Amino acid sequence: MIRLDNLTLTHGRRAAVHHVTGEFASGSLTAIVGPNGAGKSTLLRAIAGLHRPGGGSVAAPRQGIALLPQVAAVDRAFPVCCLDVVQFGHWARAGAFRAIRPAERARSVQALAAVGLEGFERRPVGSLSVGQFQRVLFARLLVQDAPVILLDEPFNALDARTIHDLLALVRRWHGEGRTVVAVLHDIALVEREFPETLLLAREAIAWGPTAEALSPANRLRARMMAEAWMDDAEACTRDAA
Amino acid sequence: MLDLLFGPFIEFGFLRRALVGCMALSLAAPPLGVFLMLRRMSLTADVLAHGILPGIAAGFLVAGLSVTAMSVGGLFAGLVVALGAGALSRATGGREDAALAALYLVALALGVTLISTRAGSVELSHLLFGSVLGVDDPALFMMAGVSSLTLLALAFAWRPLVLECFDPSFAAAAGARGGLWHLLFLGLVVLNVLAAFQALGTLMAVGLMMLPAVAARHWARSVGGMAYASVAIALFSSAAGLLLSYHLDLPSGPAIVLVAGGCWVVSLVAGPVDGLLARWLKRPHLAG
Repeated sequence: MIRLDNLTLTHGRRAAVHHVTGEFASGSLTAIVGPNGAGKSTLLRAIAGLHRPGGGSVAAPRQGIALLPQVAAVDRAFPVCCLDVVQFGHWARAGAFRAIRPAERARSVQALAAVGLEGFERRPVGSLSVGQFQRVLFARLLVQDAPVILLDEPFNALDARTIHDLLALVRRWHGEGRTVVAVLHDIALVEREFPETLLLAREAIAWGPTAEALSPANRLRARMMAEAWMDDAEACTRDAA
Repeated sequence: MLDLLFGPFIEFGFLRRALVGCMALSLAAPPLGVFLMLRRMSLTADVLAHGILPGIAAGFLVAGLSVTAMSVGGLFAGLVVALGAGALSRATGGREDAALAALYLVALALGVTLISTRAGSVELSHLLFGSVLGVDDPALFMMAGVSSLTLLALAFAWRPLVLECFDPSFAAAAGARGGLWHLLFLGLVVLNVLAAFQALGTLMAVGLMMLPAVAARHWARSVGGMAYASVAIALFSSAAGLLLSYHLDLPSGPAIVLVAGGCWVVSLVAGPVDGLLARWLKRPHLAG
C-alpha cells in the first residue's frame, strides 16, 4: 500500500502538487490522468523516492518499487545492447558488484522474448525504434519482479500493436496482485483498462473508481484549473494545516 | 626501420621513462574520457585540468617543484572545482557549462598570477605545458599509482557507472546511489588529470583523456569496446608522439596530443561507426 498524506511537491518555490491525500491499495491498478504540468510525473517520482516532499508525506515501501521513466529521460543513443539494459533489472538483488548468475541471465533472455524481442540480445539500443525500445524497458520491469510498478507515460508515441502487447503485460501484473500506477493521457484507454483513476491538476480533483473520477464535471474542473495556471500565483491558497 | 622505432628508447633513459609514464596514463585516462563523453561532460575534464592550477601554484609556492606538494594542492583544488561547479549550477538554476566556464577562467588566471609571483617563465611554462622528458621518479610512481587505482576502480564500479550514465532515474529508483558513484568518478578524473599534468602540463593534460575517447566512439558500439579502443589509440599516440618528437625535434607533449588528434581525424573519416566514409558509402538505397 502507498499512502499520500497531505502531500505537497515543489520545484524550487513553485508548488507542482498541492495537498494530495489518499492511498493506492495493494494490488490496485490506477491511472493518473491530468493536463500537462499537473504534477503527474513529479508525483510518480515522489512515490519512487526520487523527489523529496515539500510538505506532508509519502508512505511507500523503501524497496521493491520499479519505475519506468519517460522514454525521453533515457539516453537512447547510449552504446549498450538490449540484454545489458534488461540485466540492469537484477540490480536490486545483484547490486553494484556481484556477477550476474546464469539463471538470472536466462531470465533476462526470457523477458526479452516475453516482450516480443527474441534474438535482440546483442542489438544496440540505438538501432531500435521507439516501440522496440519501450519493449526493452518493459522487459527490464519484468526482470525487476517488483511488487509495485510505476509507469510514466508508458504508451506515448507507440503504435496500436505495441500498446496492445504492453497492455497485456500490465494486465498480467495486475492479475499477479502487483500494485500498478501509470501516468496516462489516453482517456478512452484508461476507461477501458484501469479500474481506479486519480485525476490530478496540481491537486487531486478526484480519486476513485474510474467512471466516477472521470465524470464530465470533474474533467471540466481539471481543464479549468489548467487554464488558470497561466497567471498562477506562487503562494499556496489553502492553509497547510 | 626497427632502429627508427626502438633505437631512441633503447639509447635514452629519459625517453624510456617518458614512454612508461605516458603508457600508464594511456591505460587509465581514456576509459574515463569515454564516460565523460557519454555523459556529455567532455568539457568538464578541460575545466578540471585548468581548475587544478591554483592548487598546484599553492603547492609550488610552499615547496617549489615538488610532486607531492603540487599534487596535494592540485587534488584539493580539483575537488573544489568539480564539486563547486555542480553545486553552483544547482544553486543558481543556471546551466552547468556556464558555471564551469566561469570557474575555469578564474582558476587559470589565479593560478598563473600565483605562480608568477615567485617563478620565472621557465617554471611557468613547465607547469603550463609540462615536460614529458623531465618525468622524475616521484612523478612516475604517481602516474603508475593513479593508473592502477583507476583501473581497479573501473573494474569494480563498471556496472553502476554505466547505469548512472544511461538511465539515472532508474538508477536512483533502484537505490543505486548515483550521486556517490558520480563523486567517485569525478575523483578519479581529478586524479588522472593530476597525473597527466606531470607530463603534459595543465593546458594539455586532458589530451590523452579526451581525444582517444572521442576517436574511439567511431570504432565500437559498446561502452566496453570504446574503452578498449580508446586505450589502444592512446597507447599508439604516446609511442608515436614521442618518436616523432625525437626524430623531428618537436616538443614532446604537443607531439603526443597532435598524434592523438590525428587519430581522431582518421577515426572521424574512416571509422566504421558514424564515420564520414561509412556514411558516404552507405548512400540511402536507390539513390543515384
